[in-house]
Amino acid sequence: MLLRHTTKEIKEREGLTINPAKTCQPIGAMYAALGVHGCLPHSHGSQGCCSYHRSTLTRHYKEPVMAATSSFTEGASVFGGQANLLAAIETIFAVYDPEIIAVHSTCLSETIGDDLQQITKKASDDGKIPEGKRVIYASTPSFVGSHVTGYANMVTGIAEQFAESTGEKKDQVNVIAGWMEPSDMREIKRYAKELGSKIVLFPDTSDVLDAPQTGKHEFYPKGGTTTEELKSTGDSKMSLALGCVSAEPAAIALDKKFKVPFETLEIPIGLRATDRFIVSLSKAAVVKVPAEITSERGRLVDVIADMEQYFHGKKVALFGDPDQLIPLVEFLLDLNMKPVHIVSGTPGMRFEKRMKEILERAPYANFKNGLGADMFLLHQWIKNEPVDLLIGNTYGKYIARDEDIPFIRFGFPILDRIGHSYFPSVGYTGGLRLVEKILGALLDRQDRIAEEEKFELVM
Amino acid sequence: MEAKSIYQDPAVIKQELIDKYPSKVAKKRSKSIVINDPETIPEVQANVRTVPGIITQRGCSYAGCKGVVLGPTRDIVNITHGPIGCSFYSWLTRRNQTRPESPEHENFITYCFSTDMQEENVVFGGEKKLKVAIQEAYDLFHPKAIAIFSTCPVGLIGDDVHAAAREMKEKLGDCNVFGFSCEGYRGVSQSAGHHIANNGVFKHMVGRNSKPAEGKFKINLLGEYNIGGDAFEIERIFEKCGLTLVASFSGNSTVGQIENAHVADLNVILCHRSINYMGDMMETKYGIPWMKVNFVGAESSAKSLRKIAEYFDDAELKARIEAVIAEEMPKVKAVIEDIRPRTEGKTAMLFVGGSRAHHYQDLFSELGMTTIAAGYEFAHRDDYEGRQVLPGIKIDADSKNIEELKVTADPELYNPRKTEAEIEELKAKGLEMNGYEGMMKQMQRKSLVIDDVSHYESEKLIEIYKPDIFCAGIKEKYVVQKMGVPLKQLHSYDYGGPYTGFEGAVNFYKDIDRMVNNPVWKLIKAPWEQAETDPLEASYVTQ
Repeated sequence: MLLRHTTKEIKEREGLTINPAKTCQPIGAMYAALGVHGCLPHSHGSQGCCSYHRSTLTRHYKEPVMAATSSFTEGASVFGGQANLLAAIETIFAVYDPEIIAVHSTCLSETIGDDLQQITKKASDDGKIPEGKRVIYASTPSFVGSHVTGYANMVTGIAEQFAESTGEKKDQVNVIAGWMEPSDMREIKRYAKELGSKIVLFPDTSDVLDAPQTGKHEFYPKGGTTTEELKSTGDSKMSLALGCVSAEPAAIALDKKFKVPFETLEIPIGLRATDRFIVSLSKAAVVKVPAEITSERGRLVDVIADMEQYFHGKKVALFGDPDQLIPLVEFLLDLNMKPVHIVSGTPGMRFEKRMKEILERAPYANFKNGLGADMFLLHQWIKNEPVDLLIGNTYGKYIARDEDIPFIRFGFPILDRIGHSYFPSVGYTGGLRLVEKILGALLDRQDRIAEEEKFELVM
Repeated sequence: MEAKSIYQDPAVIKQELIDKYPSKVAKKRSKSIVINDPETIPEVQANVRTVPGIITQRGCSYAGCKGVVLGPTRDIVNITHGPIGCSFYSWLTRRNQTRPESPEHENFITYCFSTDMQEENVVFGGEKKLKVAIQEAYDLFHPKAIAIFSTCPVGLIGDDVHAAAREMKEKLGDCNVFGFSCEGYRGVSQSAGHHIANNGVFKHMVGRNSKPAEGKFKINLLGEYNIGGDAFEIERIFEKCGLTLVASFSGNSTVGQIENAHVADLNVILCHRSINYMGDMMETKYGIPWMKVNFVGAESSAKSLRKIAEYFDDAELKARIEAVIAEEMPKVKAVIEDIRPRTEGKTAMLFVGGSRAHHYQDLFSELGMTTIAAGYEFAHRDDYEGRQVLPGIKIDADSKNIEELKVTADPELYNPRKTEAEIEELKAKGLEMNGYEGMMKQMQRKSLVIDDVSHYESEKLIEIYKPDIFCAGIKEKYVVQKMGVPLKQLHSYDYGGPYTGFEGAVNFYKDIDRMVNNPVWKLIKAPWEQAETDPLEASYVTQ
């Protein structure tokens, strides 16, 4: 057994987290910054932070992930990291020549009290930022929130520090991407195009973290939301925030600063969340939903109806991030499946409240988020009430193998398979992909364990 | 790839590598970029701070301590004291394989333990939560040992992990609890963490159990972490040769083995950088000499086995080792003969680790490939130039804050395995006792040696030299491959391996053959793009 020490008996823990269902804020900030065109993320902390974040993102995407670090040593930790950050800014512009540096803090720089706003202002005052270039920042201490809130903080930083108001409203809608894959962002843009609605999507990691093999390394790939687009978000007629945890804070910031009204939606995973997204986007853009999108929806519903017997009553355990889990659990319920165990290491009342609403249809479900909501607990729950399917990031494969549960990789990080960055999970076609994966996992198992006389040709 | 172009003067290339840097940075970097001469061995600047803003391969002290040295021992519960990230990123990512004795035996490597420090713990201190976490880990698992690893904020807020460990060790009674001050900001790279880990393992583990080990030729394997099963292959060979492995530091190891390590009669060191401290300290305290060996490369493995036989100076052992080599080598040779025509004359660059960039050159040379540039990520001058430079290395502020243990001979356990005269005799026979020659002596004249290579320098080197293969880590992997050059990861082995010993060498030859001759590298351009760039093709189209 890979996890041979996991017991069925559950003891309350107060100090020890075992097998976390989250990681720390800075990696989210790094990921978000990669969705800005010409931007180099910068980690203001020890070298290890930057190295770990780049490694994890690289393993997840199998793509270059460029980012720099303030390379703190003991001296910087005692006397403050200002000199390191100023030196870094100078070196980065000279050597790597980005349009933008997006600095995020770490537990180290936050503990010693480095003020990124003050330091970046000093860099500007000292003439270390070349004409036309920008240094933005976000505060992302690792001892607060999770990778998801770190992402939200950087997206908020991007909105606050780029958006401008010309006083003239533009006929465009901001779509603020919650933490999703480049494939998902590409799909959101496709829907907007099909609807004929002009959107500014940010951040946007498509064409950054799914770059083609050309024989040349593009340090700043062609994708990413451009500075011009980001500036214009202050003039947009409204914002759609996809995700109450990872996207809404940026929408609130734009509303506060430039009176851009917003609506918070879920990441359009599954049927109903996609329905709400299409309705909201068509309303915001004042366009009719084209027949092709309706047909696409119909194809998803058709498959669900045709294969309903295989979904019905199947118990599912899930772990992952709030803005994915909320619509995914709703979708599983629409498939007539039973989400029985759900954990997320990400804390937050907003998440808890929305999850509870959705779980009104599933009063049997175990749900826990924040401190103590780890994969060790999830595994113990599974030992007490076994499931038919496990959905989560790659670390789930240890539970899946020990307990012999079909497993679908979904979320972050996925370190051992490809596909997530190329094929969307959002929208109706994304829903179809999820349904295909669920069926594949369940039916492959049935084919593997069925007695010979009960082995089915047609399913 | 076709015939190699003739390279420019390395001095010109060096200038090109640093031209774009601000002048202060250029000045600093130029000391870490040297043109090799194996006869004179020029001085290379190493183990110094990376310039902030430079995109470096390096990680931190925590990674070196928890990730590298302590991570592979399967029956310690390793608790990371800090916010969640550090424990998460070091969770199973180093591929330390392990083989518990039975399904009932302990294995915590698949688990990740953290105190998941929150803001209130940073403000009011985290020691209380740490002690609760230790108690909970003990209640759940009853492990033999619990180790605590400090992350950056822990040192800054003044949590005393050592006091907490002492208190809990006493309270628990039958569990060895010890802490490491391996905050990420210590030192300038992972290297500081290795040193801190060596100190902790030496202080808290080695010497606790003096039960004599069975076997005539008892050795410890130092600096081998069983990535991709490397230690398994070495264990296989040792067993065949009749060598008893008392403890491995730390691939496929257990607490019990490490506590018993001082009963061995020889320490062999693979990764000099990460574990040489242990070799020195065990020699002083217990009288066990150490010897540098290398099990990367078939010839090197044979050579290392012969060195071990020479040390024990036993005719039977010598004969047995010769028999093993005679049995293993033909299988290796057969594979080389098949592959070598496809790899001969190709070029490699290695920028990785603290010993791998040296040792893997042996495997490339067995394939007929030339290393044209190499460097370490976190090594010191002695790993480049040889240990004779040690007395001359200036201890700077960043090294000064890493504890140097004051070790003396143990009044009861010190037992010199060889007299000074015997050691001198072995040295006279050409056996390099307590020594390491370093990387540069083995590299060609005018090849480039670069410490802590930056991303910018790597890209330039590839542009200029167009190597057939580049060896580094995961962060560099896809960058280099986007340039159309295959990258072999020498931390994770691209999830392959083992690469040690005889079977490992065969695995490596096959992997490199596959990589440098992969048809995908010729498929990069679409047919219409080729038409645009290839004049012959273009003229054909217009005719």
